[in-house]
Amino acid sequence: MAARNRAKLPYLLVAPAVALLTLFVVAPGVYALVLSFQARKVVGGLLGGGSKLVFVGFDNYGLALADPELWSSIARMLLVALLFIPATVGFALLFALLLDVPRVRLARSTRLAIFLPYAVPGVIASLMWGFMYLPATSPIGGDHVDFFGSTTVFFSVANVAVWGSVGFNMIVIFTALRSLPAELYEAARIDGCSELRMALRIKVPLVLPAIAMCTLFTALASLQLFNEPNTLRPLSNAVSSTWVPLMKIYEDAFVDSDVNKAAATSVLFVFAALAVSFVASRTVSRVNR
Amino acid sequence: MRSQWRLAGALLAGALLVTGCGGGGGDTSAAGGKVNLTFWDWDPNMDKVVDIWNQAHPDIHVTLSNPAGGDQLVSKMITAHQAGNGPDIAKVEYQSLPALVSNQVVADITQYTADTVKDFDDTTLKATRFDGKVFGVPQDVAPLMLFYRTDIFDQYGLKPPTTWDEFKQAAADLHAKAPQVAMTNFDAADPGWITGLMQQGGADWWSSTDNKTWQVAINSAASKKVADYWQGLVTAGTVAKNPSFSPQWNKQMNEGQLATWISGAWAPAQLGGIAPNTKGKWAVAPLPAWTASDKTTGIWGGSATTVTTDSKHAAEAAQFASWLNTDDKAVTAQIQNINVYPAATSGRSLPILSSPPAFFPNQADYYDLVKQVAPSSRSFSMWGPDVTVTFSGYTDKFGAALQNNTSFATALDDIQNATVADMKKLGFTVG
Repeated sequence: MAARNRAKLPYLLVAPAVALLTLFVVAPGVYALVLSFQARKVVGGLLGGGSKLVFVGFDNYGLALADPELWSSIARMLLVALLFIPATVGFALLFALLLDVPRVRLARSTRLAIFLPYAVPGVIASLMWGFMYLPATSPIGGDHVDFFGSTTVFFSVANVAVWGSVGFNMIVIFTALRSLPAELYEAARIDGCSELRMALRIKVPLVLPAIAMCTLFTALASLQLFNEPNTLRPLSNAVSSTWVPLMKIYEDAFVDSDVNKAAATSVLFVFAALAVSFVASRTVSRVNR
Repeated sequence: MRSQWRLAGALLAGALLVTGCGGGGGDTSAAGGKVNLTFWDWDPNMDKVVDIWNQAHPDIHVTLSNPAGGDQLVSKMITAHQAGNGPDIAKVEYQSLPALVSNQVVADITQYTADTVKDFDDTTLKATRFDGKVFGVPQDVAPLMLFYRTDIFDQYGLKPPTTWDEFKQAAADLHAKAPQVAMTNFDAADPGWITGLMQQGGADWWSSTDNKTWQVAINSAASKKVADYWQGLVTAGTVAKNPSFSPQWNKQMNEGQLATWISGAWAPAQLGGIAPNTKGKWAVAPLPAWTASDKTTGIWGGSATTVTTDSKHAAEAAQFASWLNTDDKAVTAQIQNINVYPAATSGRSLPILSSPPAFFPNQADYYDLVKQVAPSSRSFSMWGPDVTVTFSGYTDKFGAALQNNTSFATALDDIQNATVADMKKLGFTVG
C-alpha cells in the first residue's frame, strides 16, 4: 500500500506543472496549429455577406514564407541580436569581474544599481528611453544626434534591451564567481598573480558554463524582441509596425485581422526557435563538459 | 499506471472545457427587467453626455468605457467579437465601418432606425448605409480644414493660403524667415488625414459600379498628384515629418514650431490636450484648394455610433445610438463637451453652434465656417472592406519613405498591391 502511494507521489507533484503547461502552452499551441491550416473567406457580395472558415492546407505557410516583410523583419532582428548578445554578456561579465575584485568599495549598492533596470518592466524602460532619444525631450543630446536614424535605430533599440538585461546576467555570472573555491585565489596570489591575470586566466575559464548559459538566454530573448521596438514605434518613422518577427505576427493577427496567417507564421517561428535553442544548448553542454 | 493517465487526461479535458466555455457571453442584463449596455467610445468628456441618458432612462443603463481610440479600437472590436464578448455599442469611424460590417462585428439596425434616418441627409447617410441597410447612426462630420497659428502668421507676415500653390510659397517664405518653425507636419502615423487630402485631390480609392465588383484605385493619377506635392515640400525641408500624436509632435505644437495643422473639425477639443499653452492662438480657415475658388475638401474621421452583433439588446442599444446623435439635448452636450460638428440636420441649427469651442475663444464664427465648408466635403465612393491593411500599409510605407527619402508614389503602388492582394485572398471580387 505504502509502496503504491509512493509510486503515485511523483505524478502528483508534477501534475500542477503539467496541467499549467497543457492549459497555457500545449492547448493554445494546438489551437494555433489548427488555425494555421484555415483561412477566412467571404461568402459573396460587395461587403462579403458574412464569412466562413475553410481548410486551405499549407497555403498560409506559403503566404507567410513568401512575404518579404517577414524576411526583412528577421534580418532586422538578427542585426539587433548582433549588438544585443555580445554587449549584454560582455558587460555582465565585466561588471561581475569588477565586483569580484576584493578591494572594491560600495559593492552591494553598485550591484543593486546594476541589477535594478532588470526590475523595470520593458514597456516602461522603452518609453523612458524613447523620451531620452526624441529631439524635443532628450536630455542626452537627441537634438544633435539622430537616435532614430536608419542605422542608429538598431543601436537605440539594442541599447534599451541591453540596459534591461545586463543586471540579471551579471548576477548569474557573479554567483558563479562566488562559488569558486577561495584556495584557488590564495594559491594564485602566493604565486604573484595580478588581479587582472587572475580574472583572465582563472575566473573567466572557470565561469565559462555560466557565460554560455547567459549567451543562450540572451539569444532566446532576442528572438522574442517585441516590447522595445513596439513601444518605440509611435515615436518615430524609423520603426515600422513589422520591425521584428513578433511585431509582424502581431500586426497580421490584430491589425490586419488575419489570425490564420499569423498562426502559420507563429508555428514556423516556434520551430525556428526550437532549432536555435537545440543547437545552442548542445553547444552549451559541450562547453560545460 | 494507464488508468492514472486516463484520469489525468479526463481531468485536463474537463478543465479545458470549463475554462474554454466559461469565457463567452457576459451577462449584459440584470434581473428585474433593467437593461445594462456597455459603450466603447474615446471622446473626451463623453461621460457627461452618457450621464444625461442614464438620468433620463432608469431602466436602460449605459456604462461607458474607453479601451482605445480610432484604429486600435477597431482591432480590439474584431478581437473581442471573436471571443464573443464585444460591447453593445461602439464608436466607429466611417472609414472602418465597411471592414467591421464585413467582419460581422457591427449589426444591421435598419429595423430600429426607420425614424432616426430621416434626420440625416443622403450624403451623411451614405457613410453608414450600405445596400439599403443601416449599420450605424452618424455622430459627426469632420471636413478637413486648415488650422493655423494666428500669432505666428502675424509675426512672419503670412496670410492663410487659399490654394496649395500659395501654401507651398508660404511654407518656403516661413522657412526662409524662421528655419526653426515648419509650415506644417507631414504625418505617416495617421492615415485619416492623408485620405482626406486624397479625397480633396479627386482620388477615389474604392468604388463599385455593379455592387458586386470592387475597383481599387489607391495609386491613381489623382493620388499621385497629391503625394508628389507633399514629397516636394518634404524634400524642400519646409514641413516637418514626425508622427502625429507623438511626444515630439505634441511638444512642437505646444512650443510653436508648427504653424498649421491640417485637421478635422473636431480639432479644438484635441488641441487642449496636445498643446495646452496655445489656447486662443489658433484660427481655422478653409483647406487650400487645388484650383482657385474650388471649395472641395476631404474629411478626416467622422464617426458613427454602432450596435455590435454580440449585443443581446440590439433594440435598446439602437435607441441609445439614435438618442445620442439626434436628441437636441444630447447633441448640444456633445457640441459643448466634445466639439463635434453634428451629423444630424436638426443638430446643425442648434443655438449652441453660435458660440465658439472653448479653446478658440478668439474665433466667434468657428461653427459658421465649418457649416460653410461641410457641404463641399468629398469622400470616397465607399471605404474598402479591408481598410486596416491599407492603413497599416500607409503607416509603414510612408514612414519608410520619410525615413529613407524614397518615393511617395512607389509607396502608393505598394499599398495598392497589398490591399488588392488581401481583398482577393479574402474572396472579394476585384475588377
